[in-house]
Amino acid sequence: MVERRPALGIIAHVILILGVLVVAFPLYVTFIASTQTAADIVQAPMSLLPGNQIVENYTAALQGSGMGGASNAPVGRMMLVSLITALVIAFGKIAISLLSAFAIVYFRFPFRMFFFWAIFVTLMLPVEVRIGPTYAVVADLGMLNTYAGLTVPLIASATATFLFRQFFLTVPDELVEAARIDGAGPMRFFKDILVPLSTTSIAALFVIQFIYGWNQYLWPLLVTTDESMYPVVIGIKRMISGGDAATDWNVVMATAVLAMIPPALVVILMQRWFVKGLVDTEK
Amino acid sequence: MDRRSGLQVMAAEKRVVFRSGWLPWVLLAPQVIVIVVFFFWPAAQALLQSFQQSDAFGLSTEWVGLQNFTDLWKDETYLASFKTTALFSVLVAGLGLSISMLLAVFADRVVKGTHIYRTLLIWPYAVAPAVAGVLWLFMFAPSIGIVSYALRAVGIDWNHLLNGTHAMTLIVMAAVWKQISYNFLFFLAGLQSIPKSLVEAAAIDGARPWRRFWTIQFPLLSPTTFFLFVINVVYAFFDTFAIVDAATQGGPGKETAILVYKVYYDGFKALDLGGSAAQSVVLMVIVVALTVVQFRFVEKKVQY
Repeated sequence: MVERRPALGIIAHVILILGVLVVAFPLYVTFIASTQTAADIVQAPMSLLPGNQIVENYTAALQGSGMGGASNAPVGRMMLVSLITALVIAFGKIAISLLSAFAIVYFRFPFRMFFFWAIFVTLMLPVEVRIGPTYAVVADLGMLNTYAGLTVPLIASATATFLFRQFFLTVPDELVEAARIDGAGPMRFFKDILVPLSTTSIAALFVIQFIYGWNQYLWPLLVTTDESMYPVVIGIKRMISGGDAATDWNVVMATAVLAMIPPALVVILMQRWFVKGLVDTEK
Repeated sequence: MDRRSGLQVMAAEKRVVFRSGWLPWVLLAPQVIVIVVFFFWPAAQALLQSFQQSDAFGLSTEWVGLQNFTDLWKDETYLASFKTTALFSVLVAGLGLSISMLLAVFADRVVKGTHIYRTLLIWPYAVAPAVAGVLWLFMFAPSIGIVSYALRAVGIDWNHLLNGTHAMTLIVMAAVWKQISYNFLFFLAGLQSIPKSLVEAAAIDGARPWRRFWTIQFPLLSPTTFFLFVINVVYAFFDTFAIVDAATQGGPGKETAILVYKVYYDGFKALDLGGSAAQSVVLMVIVVALTVVQFRFVEKKVQY
């Protein structure tokens, strides 16, 4: 602030608080609904104060009991599927991007830049523009309803490769020379020098890619037909497909809260890297 | 940094490299295998199928040239879907950017608490689009939703299952809500990088906050705004499938069936492979255009 304008300061806080309230309201309603009985919720308007069903609802959701609608798979299982998927996607993307960026920056070989641009162009091929044929490939490879099918097709990353390449280019050449003099081979250099130097970028990308993996919807919708392989995001959608009356909203909302906790924790706990990584990666 | 040195950075090479005939290929292999098998091969297939017509059982296919595309062009539901998508993305980008810019300008202004507001505002980024769709659906459910109840109290008979405008409003709100965090973070970072001396100089010259915003902060923020505009349009086109599927399923009728929803529906529910592939190709062209715009801008931005 460059000058004292108390009125404007108050307006600023009022607008920001309003903004926070509007942003938080859906989350608050979700949490409140997850603590009430199904009958309380259906009775419009539902109370905006917490009910006393919190234990019952979350237990019902996690075990998959007492649900109407089209699905009663246990949410505990779905959370596990989501967690494995998100972790494999995040670490997979980081690992293969580190390796390809290392190859492109630290070696000379034919078609080097061709491969770089080939990886880069995948930015322009999101799954939405090639869903039919990609599904066909995954089906032919027998990867439907498997973790491989959920993760491997999403694991390529133009953004991560580009980011690591940019970072590697700023690493001083003297480090390579020093490593060479000490008799370290390329993989030793990669493991002991390059990867430790990239920790900040890796942390930032981990947050972004974990959320990307956890929040996937269209792809799991196509490749999973077996309830035991539903990620939790798909599970919620299946629970509400019975319509207003047949839906146990209390359990659905408990599931929604459960589905939001892991990515929210990752964002909040790793906020510092996340904000830096997001703003740097995309620019 | 001027344009030339910027390009030199882009083209930078290592002076010192490792020597190995086989190692780089092994290092590249995982990523290259994934992009060939799951990106380029399917994209090529989509391109091929868009020129073919196959029967429902996939037993026979024949070349039909551009017929799938001309069919699309004549298909009124497709043209309607194009309009729906255009309206949807303009609303999402416009509202999302204005609201987040407003919040960011005030968050940048307050002396204390910027960090707390930021923490409280980044939550929706972590929420899955499908979950966002379900939350908003729940608040606006015609019979039980708490917001639709409040709306009825003020005389608005909310029913997005019957009213197309209500349905569109619902998915726009859910999509904007989910995207505010992202825009806010970029605007705040952009505002914080504007030199304080500029704003102070204008204040000494007697410019009031409102005027300072329009003459200094808004113009200096324009690269960020433009970047975010492209990102938001891409988001509205492609990443909102889950919101639409969870909240309205393209209904009522086809009033909220955006292009991505239609590709999915025609390909996987109506089993019209050729038509769906042709739609995929159209979407591909749109993505390529948006990406080119975005990178032209990134290159230009180096001048600032």
